Amino acid sequence: MTSIVPKEQSSGSKNELSTEEHEDFRLFGLIAFLIADGMTFAGFFAAYLTFKAVNPIGPDAIYELELPLPTLNTILLLVSSFTFHRAGKFLEKNESKQCQKWLLITGVLGVAFLISQMFEYFTLPFGLTDNLFASTFYALTGFHGLHVTLGSIMIMIIWWQTRVPSGRVNNQNKFPFEAVELYWHFVDGIWVVLFIILYLL
Amino acid sequence: MTISLKPNNSSPEKLQPTGWLKYLSFSLDHKVIGLQYLVCGFLFYLIGGSLAGAIRVELISPLSDFMPREVYNQVLTLHGTIMIFLWIVPVVNGAFGNYLIPFYVGARDMAFPRLNAVAFWLIPPSGLMLITSYFINGAAQSGWTAYPPLSITTPAAGQIIWILSVLLLGGSSIFGGINFIATILKLRRPGLKLMQLPMYCWAMLGTSILVVLSTPVLAGTLILLSFDIVAHTGFFNPSLGGNVIVYQHLFWFYSHPAVYIMVLPAFGLVSEILPIHSRKPLFGYTTMVFSIMGIVVLGLVVWAHHMFTSGTPPWMRLFFTIATAFIAVPTGIKFFNWVATLWGGKISLNAAMLFSCGFIINFVLGGITGVALAQVPFDVHVHDTYFVVAHFHYIVYGGSVFVIFSSIYHWFPKFTGKMLNENLGRFHFIITFIGFNLCFAPQHWLGLNGMPRRVAEYDPQFQLINQISSVGALLMALSTLPFLWNILQSILFGEEAGDNPWNALTPEWLTSSPPPVENWDGEAPLVLEPYGYGKKDSNETQEAIR
Repeated sequence: MTSIVPKEQSSGSKNELSTEEHEDFRLFGLIAFLIADGMTFAGFFAAYLTFKAVNPIGPDAIYELELPLPTLNTILLLVSSFTFHRAGKFLEKNESKQCQKWLLITGVLGVAFLISQMFEYFTLPFGLTDNLFASTFYALTGFHGLHVTLGSIMIMIIWWQTRVPSGRVNNQNKFPFEAVELYWHFVDGIWVVLFIILYLL
Repeated sequence: MTISLKPNNSSPEKLQPTGWLKYLSFSLDHKVIGLQYLVCGFLFYLIGGSLAGAIRVELISPLSDFMPREVYNQVLTLHGTIMIFLWIVPVVNGAFGNYLIPFYVGARDMAFPRLNAVAFWLIPPSGLMLITSYFINGAAQSGWTAYPPLSITTPAAGQIIWILSVLLLGGSSIFGGINFIATILKLRRPGLKLMQLPMYCWAMLGTSILVVLSTPVLAGTLILLSFDIVAHTGFFNPSLGGNVIVYQHLFWFYSHPAVYIMVLPAFGLVSEILPIHSRKPLFGYTTMVFSIMGIVVLGLVVWAHHMFTSGTPPWMRLFFTIATAFIAVPTGIKFFNWVATLWGGKISLNAAMLFSCGFIINFVLGGITGVALAQVPFDVHVHDTYFVVAHFHYIVYGGSVFVIFSSIYHWFPKFTGKMLNENLGRFHFIITFIGFNLCFAPQHWLGLNGMPRRVAEYDPQFQLINQISSVGALLMALSTLPFLWNILQSILFGEEAGDNPWNALTPEWLTSSPPPVENWDGEAPLVLEPYGYGKKDSNETQEAIR
């Protein structure tokens, strides 16, 4: 797998930078970064679970979560992963119009998730500093929401860049698309874990 | 899919400054970035060293007379943070890693050169931010561990700046780690197998895995801590229902591996230096590789041995004691391999070799006290005393800093093309070694007799020992002078080194000194036996490469 194929240019002088081709390992770097990012979440989850195990919630503390809205959020994100994948299939076939359509749907689903999350924040009966669990809830969902926000912005950039004829992302230059897709699946996966730990446990 | 690195006529590389100005630019050359790390780290070392000097001056007398107590707390916090995050971690990883790893894998640069430059340029601003916080409203006062509730109750401005600075440095470290993993695993020259790489590559691979897995946890923890300070949440604040023990767990989940992040690359560097200066192959290459990976795995599951006095339950004490004691096994394997490498070799006692041998001696002493500290009954007795200070400095100064000096003596001819003065180097080693042991060996006694760390005032019965320790610190400070003079005179009037003054076989010596921009004028040499000293066929290989 690992290969640098040095292709020395016979005409190149000593001082000229050499031309060489190697495998594209930008996705590899992104995966390493996502592992690091996942460890941040792992730290947060560990903190939350320990709090839950060790620190009893006070008798007058309010910490109640409703299930319907986060379930809707879960569905929104899972569907958006699917639509992103769909867009990728069309990019592969070089059908930019279809690809753009599915990307737009993905981006709208991401924004819908954020709006729904904000709606949940405003309807919850507790605030950031009310108690330990309230603080941890907002820290965890907020940190995840930050990831969704960044992801939605990146999806919109990709959507703009897949336009024909002047867009820079196409099936010759797929890396930006693949990177955002990988990131988006990662954010979805984190949400599923977060949903189980925060809402179901 | 392939990327081609075709230079076009408007290539930004051509607009980059040349000469010494390139060291102040956003250069993408891994060698320039490596030296940027090294010089920047050394400047911070001088600042952190001055702070250590201030601490030792304060401790000459039992009273708090040299500086106010708050200032003493700030000085010890800045000393610890600067030395760890701005000197040892960036230099053993960033400086030598960036300079050497592309040579060792036979590449022309790191996998992500631009990310590499970003990772370096995060360091000077965060370092300056950290230091200038002293002049704003007082720097952080809660030590490099920033334990809550202390870090929540001390003045907020300094603590928040400290957190921001450590977050930036952590980010820099993660970017570097990702880059090293990609370079070592993906950018190897065709025909070069993992088990043929020089040992420093393995050390950096292990270290980078630790960086990528543990640093983000520290970042998350510090974000929660900053919420506690700024937004008055109660994650780690017991008066608001929070849990300080969770902070300690999360903090040490990073900060224990951080010790290996500081010392594993040093292991790798020593494994490069010893074979060259004793003209023998590195003993036990395979066992070295497995012990590095063993240390990586074990290093992730021993963190709670820092918390034996924090009310840890018995089963946790048992597990972490055993796991910690187990680390002595791979570390011991490495130690005996180094001794076996030296055994019967043609040892040249130059400065690089002396510092490496100093490292082996100091590190064994620090390792023995480390195994002792893993035992709960003993740890409870000496927790937060000068015994821990002595142990820690034997590891990071006697270990990592000795290796940094050794590596500078070893690779300076490659960096600059000039030789250093060996006699001045030996003189530097002798003063450093005596000063270091004079400074820190007596502190074991102080700790065993109950002198707590991080205090400006102490029981008068400890005065004499503290004064001896301060004399040692003075010697350590003075030892920097012959070193700086050596560097200066070598750059100005040093004799030419030639390409390979040590007759080494590792790839960085098989090019000119200093190396050209893309490391080799022609194709990268394929070095299958980097430690083949004293073997007939490998000498022929070396001739063939030339």
